[in-house]
Amino acid sequence: MKHIILALVENRPGVLARMAGLFSARGFNIDSLTVGETEDPTISRMTIVVRGDDRTLEQVKKQLNKLIDTISVKDFVKKEFIDRELMLFKVNVDDKTKDKVKNIIEKSKDKIVKISKDYIIVEAVGDENHIKTLLSNLEKYGITHVTRTGRIAMAVE
Amino acid sequence: MKLTGAKILIESLIKEKVDVMFGYPGGVVLPIFDVLYDAKIRFILTRHEQAAAHAADGYARATGRVGVCIATSGPGATNLVTGIATAYMDSVPIVAITGQVKTHLIGSDAFQEADITGITRPITKHNYLVKDVKDLARTIKEAFHIARTGRPGPVVIDLPVDVTLQEAEFEYPESIDIRTYKPTCEAHLGQIKKAAKAIKASKKPIIYAGGGIIISGAAEELTEFAHKTNIPVTTTLLGLGAFPQTDPLSLDMLGMHGTVYANHAVMDSDLIIAIGARFDDRVTGRLDNFAPFAKIIHIDIDPSSVSKNVKVDIPIVADAKDALKRLIRIVQRPEISDWLKQIEDWKEKYPLKYKDDGDKIKPQYVVEQIYEATGGEAIICTEVGQNQMWAAQYFTYTKPRTYISSGGLGTMGYGFPAAIGAQIGCPEKKVFDIAGDGSIQMNIQELATAVANKLPVKIAILNNYYLGMVRQWQELFYKRRYSYTFLKEGCPDFVKVAQAYGATGINVTKKDGVRKAIDEALKAEGPVFLNFKVHEEENVFPMVPAGEAINRMIGGMA
Repeated sequence: MKHIILALVENRPGVLARMAGLFSARGFNIDSLTVGETEDPTISRMTIVVRGDDRTLEQVKKQLNKLIDTISVKDFVKKEFIDRELMLFKVNVDDKTKDKVKNIIEKSKDKIVKISKDYIIVEAVGDENHIKTLLSNLEKYGITHVTRTGRIAMAVE
Repeated sequence: MKLTGAKILIESLIKEKVDVMFGYPGGVVLPIFDVLYDAKIRFILTRHEQAAAHAADGYARATGRVGVCIATSGPGATNLVTGIATAYMDSVPIVAITGQVKTHLIGSDAFQEADITGITRPITKHNYLVKDVKDLARTIKEAFHIARTGRPGPVVIDLPVDVTLQEAEFEYPESIDIRTYKPTCEAHLGQIKKAAKAIKASKKPIIYAGGGIIISGAAEELTEFAHKTNIPVTTTLLGLGAFPQTDPLSLDMLGMHGTVYANHAVMDSDLIIAIGARFDDRVTGRLDNFAPFAKIIHIDIDPSSVSKNVKVDIPIVADAKDALKRLIRIVQRPEISDWLKQIEDWKEKYPLKYKDDGDKIKPQYVVEQIYEATGGEAIICTEVGQNQMWAAQYFTYTKPRTYISSGGLGTMGYGFPAAIGAQIGCPEKKVFDIAGDGSIQMNIQELATAVANKLPVKIAILNNYYLGMVRQWQELFYKRRYSYTFLKEGCPDFVKVAQAYGATGINVTKKDGVRKAIDEALKAEGPVFLNFKVHEEENVFPMVPAGEAINRMIGGMA
């Protein structure tokens, strides 16, 4: 099972290395980890997508909390939240498929960044489901150069 | 007043009431050593950086204060690593200071450069690379605060040489507030009430006490709690001394080499009150079969220890002393006379014992004789392996900080330098290192440190010419194929080694010479190597094979 964890940490050199080191040392599997400054430049927010059962989630949270540079750790269990991910990728096209592909992208309200003779660069933003659906709709045309930011999330309150 | 970084470091250490440091000099720490030359801090020059870390650790465990060690960059720093990891696993407060190459050379593979903050990240409670001399005093204040509070642990401060040469105004912060670090010390009253209720309702309760009792200074409270509730107490290896083994409620140690009665009691119990212990695999054995009927109360200051290995029913995240004080106030004695009778039966039926063998020296006998000769008034340090287990089983511990051993990491070569640290911290105490012929050779060079500082440490080598514990496993689980565990070839004459360093060496080959030799060693002013030629294939029993339930013990049941 996937869990999203939000951690507020000191915005300092070495903090990301501490977090990343902890995941490998304790054998936790993570899907993605994103990090960026918050409205307070001394604080960074990390969004971590981790795989495991409830006990693993508990341990991950406790171990993260144990790091001296961690301010707080939260998850979204039993809470309403929104999540987004930004993805850039190329879809292979030729004269026959170009319009079909453009159509799919427009329908999903994602953005075409560039169209060339044999590929289209797509910029997609959305929640996990949105990204998954778009990828599966375009898969048969051939997708390359997938670049993803990892998910970020926020509680809706 | 402006001071150099090196001077700020030493002045800050003095502000932290550091009166002794263990270490070894080198290139980039020259400015610091120049200040140490006439500083008001006693400096103990070990003969290997690893020993400096272990000595700081032994000092910390024996005194309850923060131990401090220092080494140069690169190999000096990496030599500290084993000592830092040892302290980390056993929650020992040490501050390790490492030299670093100049800030502008960091990352350039400079001479004697190693990324020690990177290397020690997973084995420290926290670490720092100080790049600006203005941050130095506050960093030291933080380091000591983090090392000694909450669940204690080692902190590394990496100091580039240019930072130690730069100047800054010296002002040592009076107090410190780290917004991200606020350990929970006070127990939650609701949880305490739940625990008291579970205790009152229990029929077969047992207290399982660990090193946390000793760290927290809660030994008196533990005794009061046990006496008030009349609940028997078993301790972990590092919990030895947390509860007097002379007390009728003591079940001695549990786990892989614990007593039969302690392990039976845990397995049959309906309530385990774990305090400052972490359900280590050497304690629980096979996890899915551990104490199947027991509800678990777990008092621990580290939330990540709770429900890590064993699911806990009533967690109490708090300092052990605080939690026990609150619990004592409201707890009521459960009705458990049948249970106590059952435990008495087990104690009578399965006492800890070994077979005598005429003239030959049994290692257990040596440990018993050290107990007799010192009247139990000694600090016992150990190496790792059979010596460590016999020292745990056959000495009777009644006070905290008297059994000093690498429990979590199991570091061979720990005991001798730890004994040096303990002796320096407690000059009036008798300090023994109970060693094996294998492990003593891992830091034997520290004879020089002991001799140079006229330390009266006594090293009791239980010499069986084997890497005993590994040999024991080979005997029991690998068809006696003693693969590379026989150390007789090349084993030095320990008496001559001691003498070469200017220490005393005594050979003991017969049982009737054991006590005499110990008494003679106790009379000697300096360090003594006692070389006991013990029974070569003696095993540590009882024993729970790895991965078995802890009541499936070999030996001790007959």
